[in-house]
Amino acid sequence: MKIVVCIKQVPDTNEVKLDPVTNRLIRDGVPSIINHDDKSAIEQALRIKEELNDGTTVTIVCMGPPQADVALREALAMGADEAYLLSAREFGGSDTCATAIIISTALKRIGFDLVLTGRQAIDGDTAQVGPQIAENLGVPQVSYAEEVTVNGKEVLVKRQYEDRYHMIKVQMPCLLTALQELAEPRYMHAGGIIDAYNKDITVWGFDDLKDGLNPDDIGLMGSPTRVVTSFGKMQKGAGVKYDVPAEEAVQIIIDKLEERHLI
Amino acid sequence: MSKNIESAKDIYVVAEQRDGKVAKVTHELLGEANILAKDLGEKVIAVVIGANVADQAQEMLEYGADEVIVVEDDRLGEYITEPYTKALVQMIEEYDPNIVLFGATSIGRDLAPRIAARVHTGLTADCTHLDIDMQKYFDFLKATSTADRDAIERKLGMDDKTLKMTRPAFGGNVMATIRCAEYRPQMATVRPGVMKLVEKQVGKQGKVTIMKPDLTDEDFNVEIVDIAKSEGKIVDITEAKVLVSGGRGIGSAAFYGELQKVADRLGGEISSSRANVDAGWIEKARQVGQTGKTVRPDLYMACGISGAIQHLAGMENSEYIIAINKNEDAPIFEVADLGIVGDVKVIIPKLYEALDKYFEEHQIN
Repeated sequence: MKIVVCIKQVPDTNEVKLDPVTNRLIRDGVPSIINHDDKSAIEQALRIKEELNDGTTVTIVCMGPPQADVALREALAMGADEAYLLSAREFGGSDTCATAIIISTALKRIGFDLVLTGRQAIDGDTAQVGPQIAENLGVPQVSYAEEVTVNGKEVLVKRQYEDRYHMIKVQMPCLLTALQELAEPRYMHAGGIIDAYNKDITVWGFDDLKDGLNPDDIGLMGSPTRVVTSFGKMQKGAGVKYDVPAEEAVQIIIDKLEERHLI
Repeated sequence: MSKNIESAKDIYVVAEQRDGKVAKVTHELLGEANILAKDLGEKVIAVVIGANVADQAQEMLEYGADEVIVVEDDRLGEYITEPYTKALVQMIEEYDPNIVLFGATSIGRDLAPRIAARVHTGLTADCTHLDIDMQKYFDFLKATSTADRDAIERKLGMDDKTLKMTRPAFGGNVMATIRCAEYRPQMATVRPGVMKLVEKQVGKQGKVTIMKPDLTDEDFNVEIVDIAKSEGKIVDITEAKVLVSGGRGIGSAAFYGELQKVADRLGGEISSSRANVDAGWIEKARQVGQTGKTVRPDLYMACGISGAIQHLAGMENSEYIIAINKNEDAPIFEVADLGIVGDVKVIIPKLYEALDKYFEEHQIN
């Protein structure tokens, strides 16, 4: 069985700050990491491979700039078998629709039985690329996966909703999107890190995928959505602040609650 | 560019129902769609999809729909991606909507991307603000942001009637406005709890159309073998009028008992920052913030919450915010209407006593 995991390299958003003058993200010095949900997907894929122990392989696919190579090395060091980096100037500026077209074109060429993606990335927070890849591949998707069990050609998925779970049976080929809770990622081990740097990462540019790609459907110009502007939020003006003894503070709260008809 | 830019018309709200009950986010979307529709001179159409859901149509009209399309099939009772996608794509092909809105829920965020990819149009995720009218858009930017108005006006002009979809990114650190100018329908998922409800117009009339989607058994390509509802009473903090919310400053899980007493007195619920959920002090369903729920109650009382940006993203649109925190420099005070510098562990029990006394004096039980 061939498992393909699609990952994204993201800036650690806890470290991202906005330049107050230019309104641009300050990315310098912000560490890049494998998106959390995606890392959980890698872990799940490795567990399936180890459990089946039947020659099942795990392939990692990442679209991004050449530096995303680091994320792929990390996935290889965790135990993945092979890695593809989809990187080209033509891919830059792609929205979720265009990104999904590029990745699904690569997946058709790589081949797959089971595709895993993270549910959403912490930078864009869209949760759209996984389902859109599934649509382009013409396979069923189960998103928000919290538990995954493989039985032959069948996958049993515990799918999370706000108020319930569905236990869903789906036949391969299919695509699942992983919640961070799906599988706690392992650490890279020393041997794995050495192996990772001995393995080749296949880099595919536009020419490698052009048979299946319409240049009008990708990149900034091929993206149906465009960013008009991005900006920092102006915080709502602070109200009044009191540093007074507790009894007095409580009376102020009561007065305000009364004034606002909350009591 | 898609061919239907000129012909596409009206704002369609895809209603979300579970067990035959329509979600609150649908009502919020209908209210918002009404405002947008007036700016466009177009109608609001609610699309109810499911099994035996025709009786929901009246409620859709009362919450603001001009017309309702009921997409009905006995097999659509529980949400399944493919048949829902196929049915709604048929609806889109038949009716040619200008805009289609979904709730940004675990259903909407699974369904909308699949539909957008199939009809090849743009989709913007998890929007927190929508505009048609440019003046209103600029008023919004002026009130909330540092965006460069002139640059946007040069780019779009004042007569632009596309949907301006604004959403947070990078964990709430940045906002971005996105458009889908060259494809129709323009699609968005909208975060629950951010759009205001409009008053229900009881008895309002409107056209209701029943549509039977063309589905085959092969479309039901996954099998739901079991459904487990979450255990215990499911608390939806987004429905609460008052939230008394605890952060690390409350010191222990047990102190939620004290917050609960105050919340009970005010007819509210307790909620939490992420830290206390991670510490196992309270259930995840009560978490407010970027990775929890977005709330906008009439009163949000932040007790011992420092106010990380991820938390603020989930509660800063509350009508009235009271913050109690020992640290006078805590960022929560930047968004609070009333800030109290002090120890919640001292103030909350005293507040409960004072509320008790107040209710006694005013003879309220």
